[in-house]
Parts: sequence; C-alpha cells; structure tokens
Amino acid sequence: MTPKTGNLQNKTANPNGLVLKPLNKEVKLAYNCVVLIKQVPDTKKITGEAMNDDGTVNRGALPAIFNPEDLNALELALDIKDQYGGAVTVITMGLPSASDILRQSLYRGADEAILVTDRRCAASDTLATSYILSAAVKKLDYDIVLCGRQAIDGDTAQVGPQLAEKLGIPQVTYVEELLSLDGESMTARRNIGNGWQEVRCEMPLLVTVIDEANEPRVASARKLMKNKNALTPVEVEVSARQGNPDASAEKIAELVKRKTQELQENGLLIKQWDLDDIEADLTWCGRDGSPTKVHRIQSVVLSAKDSKFVEPTEQGVADMIHELISDKTIS
Amino acid sequence: MIKVNRKGEVWVFIEQHEGKLEDIGLELLGRARTLGNELGVEVGAVLVGDNVKSMAEKICHYGADKVYVLENPLLGHYQTNSYSKAIYDLIHKYEPQIMIFGASACGRDLAPRVASAAKAGLTADCTDLCIGDHEVKKTNTVHKKLLLQIRPAFGGNIIATIINYDRWPQMATVREGVMPMPELQADRKGKIIVEQVHIGNDELPLEILNEHKREKKVNLKASRIIVAGGAGVGSKENFRFIWDLANALGASPGATRAAVDLGFIDRDHQVGQTGTTVRPSLYIAVGISGAIQHQAGMCESQKIIAINNDPDAPIFNVAHYKIVGDLNTVVPTMIKSIKARV
Repeated sequence: MTPKTGNLQNKTANPNGLVLKPLNKEVKLAYNCVVLIKQVPDTKKITGEAMNDDGTVNRGALPAIFNPEDLNALELALDIKDQYGGAVTVITMGLPSASDILRQSLYRGADEAILVTDRRCAASDTLATSYILSAAVKKLDYDIVLCGRQAIDGDTAQVGPQLAEKLGIPQVTYVEELLSLDGESMTARRNIGNGWQEVRCEMPLLVTVIDEANEPRVASARKLMKNKNALTPVEVEVSARQGNPDASAEKIAELVKRKTQELQENGLLIKQWDLDDIEADLTWCGRDGSPTKVHRIQSVVLSAKDSKFVEPTEQGVADMIHELISDKTIS
Repeated sequence: MIKVNRKGEVWVFIEQHEGKLEDIGLELLGRARTLGNELGVEVGAVLVGDNVKSMAEKICHYGADKVYVLENPLLGHYQTNSYSKAIYDLIHKYEPQIMIFGASACGRDLAPRVASAAKAGLTADCTDLCIGDHEVKKTNTVHKKLLLQIRPAFGGNIIATIINYDRWPQMATVREGVMPMPELQADRKGKIIVEQVHIGNDELPLEILNEHKREKKVNLKASRIIVAGGAGVGSKENFRFIWDLANALGASPGATRAAVDLGFIDRDHQVGQTGTTVRPSLYIAVGISGAIQHQAGMCESQKIIAINNDPDAPIFNVAHYKIVGDLNTVVPTMIKSIKARV
C-alpha cells in the first residue's frame, strides 16, 4: 500500500498547481478512497419485451451496466490518486455477476475490488443497503468515501447520505468539482440545483458525485490485459464445475483450491465478503432490515380521456383554436 | 425509530432560504392537510433556521395546525448534520406518524440522513401520497390507514406504491410541482411551538466558503400555457417556432431533455422527470415523441395538444388534440390562426 504520508516535493508536482500551506508537521499527501458502485439494468433500453404481463420489469431482459454516476465517482477517486497518490478500493453489493463492474473498475485503475454478496442481502431497501455497505466500509482504512449521486434503477439518491450517517461522517452531496485536498480537509463545489456552493469539510467524509463532474476515463489496455482474468471465489467455483461436469466433489474442491491460490499469487483474486465477514447484524439486513415494502406495482399506461384528431389544415387548426378560446383555455 | 402509533401528527418539513419560504413546503402542506383530515390528526410544520419565527404565521395560512420552530443562530445556514440532528430530536420527542420533505436538492440531502438516524423507511420522489390499507397475506394481517407512497421507478416505466408498517415515522420526499399549492387562508390560525435546539461543533462539519444562487430563466410551474419542443424540432434555428408560438399565446417555452441535450434551449426550460413537473391549462408538445420520463412531468396538464409527424408517437396517447403533420407548417398555421382570433 502507498504510504499515507509524504514530503512536500511530491506536492509541487501536482498538475493542478495547488499551493499547500507550509506546515512543520508531516503532511498527509496520499488519500485512501473507497468507491461504492452498483450494477444496474439499463433502464434507458426498456422495451415491451422487458415488461412482464403483470406490469413488473423483467430485469433479466435488460443489459446490466455500470451505474453511470458511479463511473463519475470512480473517475473522481482515480483523479485524486493520480494527483495526490493513495489507493482506490471499489465495493459493490450485489449478485455474483456484479463482479463485471469490479473488473471494469480494475481496468480503469482501481487498486482493489471487493464483492459483497450474500443471499441474506436480498430485498434490502436503501436503509438496509446502506447498513450493509457501512459494515463493509468499516473494514477498510479510508479518508474519502465516494458514490454516484443516484442509481438509474431506483433514482432515489438515498444510499449516499444514509451510508454517511451510518459511518458517522459528514456528507458532501452533488459534487461537481473537487477544488483541493490539504491533508486534513477537502474543498469542493456542489451543484445545488439553483446555483452552486463551495464548501470545505474535514476528512473522513463521504461525497456523492454528479455526472457533470467529469468525463470518466476508458479502460487502459495494459490494465485490461493484466486484470481480465481476475475472478471472485464464486466465479472460480462456477467455472471449475462447468469445466469439469463429471468430476467428483473432492476433485472440484481440489481444482478450486489450486486456482484460487494461483489467482491470489498473481493478485487476481477479487475479494468476496458475505455478511459474516463484515460482521453485519442480520436484524438490519435484507427484508427484515428494510422498513419499506412494496404495496403494489403498476405499469404506466397514461391516456387522455377525450381525445380527437385534428387535421393539419388551416380549417382544422382554426377550429381547434376556436374551441380552446371558447372554453377559456386560451384567453 | 419510533413505534407505530395512531395519534401521531402528519409533519411537513418547511424549506426556507434566508428568510424566504420555498414553494415546495407550502405545496406539501396542502396534501398533508388531506392526509391529516383522513387520519383525524393535526398537521405540523417543521421550520428550521435562525430567526425564522416570523414566518410561522404564514405557514398556518397554508394549512398547518402547528408550527414547530427550531431556532438557533447556528442553524442560519443549512447543513445536513445540524438540521438532521434538530429534526431527529423533534421526531423522538413528538413521534409523528408521517413526515414528508420536498424532493429538492436540500430535501434529498436531508431526508435520508434523518431517516437513517431514525432507522425509518423513506421513499424518494413521490408523485402522489394517500391513505390506504395493506394486507400481508402470509400472516393474514391488515395494516390499516397507512401512507401509500406512490412513485415512478425504473426510469419511469413502472409506478410503485411503497408502504412501511412496522417502523415509523413513515417518511417520503415529494417532487416539486406535483401537488397543487393550497389556497392561502389569511384568517387561519395555528399554534406556534418554539423548541430549544442544542447544536454542537460536531454538527457543523462544513465551512461554507462561497455560494451563488441564480434565478431560473423561466418559471414553468407558474405558466398557464407551455409550448414545448422536442428533438423532432430538428435544430436550434428551428426552435424559433417554439418561441414564436409561445409568444403568440403569452406562453412559456419548454423542452424535453433530448432537446436540451442537443443544445436547442437552456436546461431551465426542461420539463419531465429530471426537469420541472408542470400542470398548466394547456400544454403544446411539438416534435416530442413522448418518452415516459417526459410524460411524467406533463401528463397532468388540463389540455394537451401534440404535433408530430409520426402517428405512432407515444405522446399521442396522452394528447387531447392530436395533430399528425409537419410542425414546420402546422405551427405557422396555428400562429396565424391565433393572431386572427385574438
């Protein structure tokens, strides 16, 4: 791991040209960033085939993608690492298939990736999700926790602030630009809808990042070649079974052990944690830990009650305008 | 978290900035009034800030029975930690059964922090709230008179109704503009309750260095008529048709996200799920295909005219007047017709 302290010489190389106040004590120049990411169905690609007859969405029919604003959060973390040094760890909670976005993070420059997966996480609402993520983040040494403002499947923007509360750290939401880091605090510009605000906040802290913040980098070919074979333990097991359908349980166990060891030696084993690993209290996880429940799901069928076609002719348009004037819609 | 209780009030967080009340809190009071009446409980408004008590009376005019005033010089500037601490303490003291916030930048920053501290459920960006029963088939129990929290999900493709029956308060944020502003009743009186608030340095982690607020270029919410253009308008030059028609009608120009992204018009004009939600008397959709995200922001308009050359465009499903034709000829015809009549 990169040392957490350094000398001022490193600092002058900062491409941003930010001036650090001279300090007598050792100044912290490298930051550990933890980025929370989520794999989401691409809700922009919803078609009729992705809808079930009961009006619910068939997630399986949609491509699974890296939540867009989480890419902005990752980019901001990688930017901090490029400028100041430190390490970037990405965490996702989800199904084993979510390891795809962990690999994509490694291709872009993340140092470590962690999959939190456990059947007991199922049906977690934002409160339970933030609790589980907080238990995972607490296992790490961090200065800045980053998330996208919101995920495109739920659009709630709740997990960031709830996670900050669970960690007992301040939150700086809607960050559109990081202005500086001075060893103890961060200065950033927030987009507050009808304007902006510049704030300074001591670390550790949590930021949520909006899409205007940056242009996420693409995967580096070198990092892709290095990490394309990175696997989670559950993927190692699945591939051992699929590759050897007739092998005995002992044989599979042996294969898994060997492969896991090989990946570990090459730094290609993606960390995988379940709720026991992160010492989560099950009261606050999954369905039991989720106060919100679904009462009903309906598909959206909007339709106007009295509707008519209007001919695109002078007469047709004039009649319509006349009608709207006489019912006082147009004054 | 507080226990499920039937006596708890219905609360609304009242947003104010520098002594000026934001519309959103007052919009919510209208619905809170309906919910309170249905439950037979009072409506409480929660007003946080420094020297804000003078606004409390006005809040009663919009439907609050009580205003809880949380005043402290340290609450002069909004900070997530200080405001959430003050509200969390108040929730514990009075145990409301429902608390709603506006889904504004401030409300979406604050409400989840409060909900997490209270270990309560929170539903984001609701478009409707009402009271109803929920049956749990597994245990054969019926939870009566819950807050039904209705919101679009999955990019607006489905409507989900969310409830929480075991950990209260039932909390929700509500989108701006979806609930009509209640009528002001100047003779309406309410109780004003000033609460002591203790704020420590821990609750003030931010140093606000600089702030810049800008007025929106257009107030779509207040417009009686909106003429909106979509990607189908084709170009920024062609968007003058939208401006011309809007001028002829004394209307405001609106746009879809696609039109904004293409640079046809400023983002302040955007109507839809990520823009402004509007409910004008007349909405004229020009060259708009009608993505569900756009429809969500305008389908409550009293009258809708859609002009599109694609007869299958989804916008026609919500339109009262459907004009299948080329906007380049239809819009000038409309302008001519309006000018002839008025």
